[in-house]
Amino acid sequence: MQVTSPAFKENAAKALADVTLQKALKNVETGFIAKRAAAAAALPEFEALRDAARDLKNHVLAHLDLYLEAYEKKVVAAGGHVHWAESAEDARRIVTDICKRLGARTVTKGKSMITEEIALNDHLEREGLIPVETDLGEYIIQLRGEHPSHIVAPAVHLTKEQVAGDFRRVHTHLDAARDLTEPVTLLSEARAVLREKFLVADVGITGANFLIAETGTSIIVTNEGNGDLTQTLPKAHIVMASIEKIVPTLEDVDTLLRVLARSATGQEMSVYTTFSTGPRREGDPDGPGEYHVVLLDNGRSAMLGTEFEEMLRCIRCGACMNHCPVFQAVGGHAYGWVYPGPMGAVLTPTLIGVDKAGHLPNASTFCGRCESVCPMRIPLPKMMRAWRNREWERALNPATLRSGLGLWAFVAARPGLYRLAARVSSMALRLLGRGRGRIASLPFFAAGWTKMRDMPAPEGATFMDQWKARAGR
Amino acid sequence: MTARDAVLGKIRRSLRVGPGDDARRATVADRLAARAPGIVPARGQRDPAVRLALFLEMAAKVAASTDRLASADDVPAAVARYLRSKNLPQAIRRGADPRLERLPFDREPQLTVTVGPSDGHDLAGLSHAFAGVAETGTAVLVSGADNPTTLNFLPEHHLVVVRASDIAGDYETIWARVRATYGEGTMPRTVNWITGPSRSGDIEQTILLGAHGPRSLHLIVVDDL
Repeated sequence: MQVTSPAFKENAAKALADVTLQKALKNVETGFIAKRAAAAAALPEFEALRDAARDLKNHVLAHLDLYLEAYEKKVVAAGGHVHWAESAEDARRIVTDICKRLGARTVTKGKSMITEEIALNDHLEREGLIPVETDLGEYIIQLRGEHPSHIVAPAVHLTKEQVAGDFRRVHTHLDAARDLTEPVTLLSEARAVLREKFLVADVGITGANFLIAETGTSIIVTNEGNGDLTQTLPKAHIVMASIEKIVPTLEDVDTLLRVLARSATGQEMSVYTTFSTGPRREGDPDGPGEYHVVLLDNGRSAMLGTEFEEMLRCIRCGACMNHCPVFQAVGGHAYGWVYPGPMGAVLTPTLIGVDKAGHLPNASTFCGRCESVCPMRIPLPKMMRAWRNREWERALNPATLRSGLGLWAFVAARPGLYRLAARVSSMALRLLGRGRGRIASLPFFAAGWTKMRDMPAPEGATFMDQWKARAGR
Repeated sequence: MTARDAVLGKIRRSLRVGPGDDARRATVADRLAARAPGIVPARGQRDPAVRLALFLEMAAKVAASTDRLASADDVPAAVARYLRSKNLPQAIRRGADPRLERLPFDREPQLTVTVGPSDGHDLAGLSHAFAGVAETGTAVLVSGADNPTTLNFLPEHHLVVVRASDIAGDYETIWARVRATYGEGTMPRTVNWITGPSRSGDIEQTILLGAHGPRSLHLIVVDDL
């Protein structure tokens, strides 16, 4: 997909002025925050589970190569195939090769963020295949030619009126005069349309929430059941998973499942948690004839051993973005690529480069809410700060910012000069305030600051002068 | 060099380790063999009667309906009753599971029972659950010759029978039973944890039941299944 992260500022300004989007984004707060808080409060062990989840994933990352080897062995023993993909391009080729060998035409898809990351749908279409997203939110945005604006709720940026408009435009075989005012009607219509697609699909592609080394099992978690129909009905099931999804044992996955749904949607458990091991077995009345797992690296191995390693603990619950004041204000599309919100602000620069995504770690107030709700206790603000440092080291910030900060550093490192400058500017600001106690418009480069608000004028001498006057008391 | 070697090599370079580090290998082997339980919530750690009550309560919270029977012989009548209450035709599709095979469906002459996987045209499906989990009101179903996975997802109404004594407090108990049944490190092709009927919140974050899977889930807990 097209990367618009470099235009974050313009994207954000547009999003703030978009009345429909602002209306839709209100649902983030009502739909997620209180529910997560209630679910966390209802389980006394929740905080201890978060610690355990963090430690578990740290252990996996330190032994990732060995767990991947163990996992592969078990998949093969169960009759499945493991394909290793270093890059997005490799992963796309592996999927197309399987589809072509099977003479596939329609490919149903469960929700998978890494297929967004590797832009799989565009590729499948170029190869003459018909990818059909089956998660309701993903289906809606596919109809619109858009990308998810949230990793759990892909269509959170839309209102029901917009969805009704899209269904009318695309589902032309249905009565044009039908009533689509209620969300439940929209849901029923999507169910009927997609049911036909499930039944004719040749290949089903799902993501994986977790992979289990002990048993060679992949896990998907859904509420709709679309992932299950996607993987059960066609000739082949392809699991798209990134390498860090691995978990040692069934007991370990219990720990992660106990924090995942609670953090994501405030459910105690998602409706469907499905453990898949290999293809249809002898005597099975249904199930896919082939079972493939594509293990995608795409830059993740390079994050190990760096200050961004902890990001690989992420289980994609979306809590960080639900609780982020910046995400709540601008929505996910402003971030300009696949992963929005705080987790996107850390992950996107590692995957597409800080030169393109440098704005994202800057789009944070460092309020810390993301870290406080992250089930894996990922220090997101610390890592955003690390990206800001890298951006500075590589001189990617605008010249005005760099020279401004350079000037400030020069003065700040010289106490005498700093005090003089503080005294002079304090006097100047007091003059500008002219006894009203506030400044309605600042001159020159600072004009932008007072465009939306007043600047309070200093009330007396500088701190250092007052300190001296009181003789340090 | 294969892609596999390339990915594993990159991971090892980043971790600054070699492939033949025996201490690391032993750590991983031990962890996989130990299968140590993590933190298990106290919520489900109760005597069987309380556990069963919790299972029914948690299932109701996620919008599943429940029925409680003393005898397996009463299941056909309970199925017929459910179908009537929903204004559905007296027809149901089930798997070939012996526990379902043994049920006296002949006592409900109006009820048409078909056997095998669903092709998407059944209004109601009947499955046998391997277990239930009180912690979250979850039904655990396993695939196999007798239990078509399609029955769990295609029919509009999913009816599930589970033996009362198969209701565990937590997921860990289920894994111990899976290992005892299928062997160490071996899983059925599909294990479905089902917690309530299908739903979606994708339109304006309003939860609606009946997305792609069943619109209703009816759990029938039986003492002597």
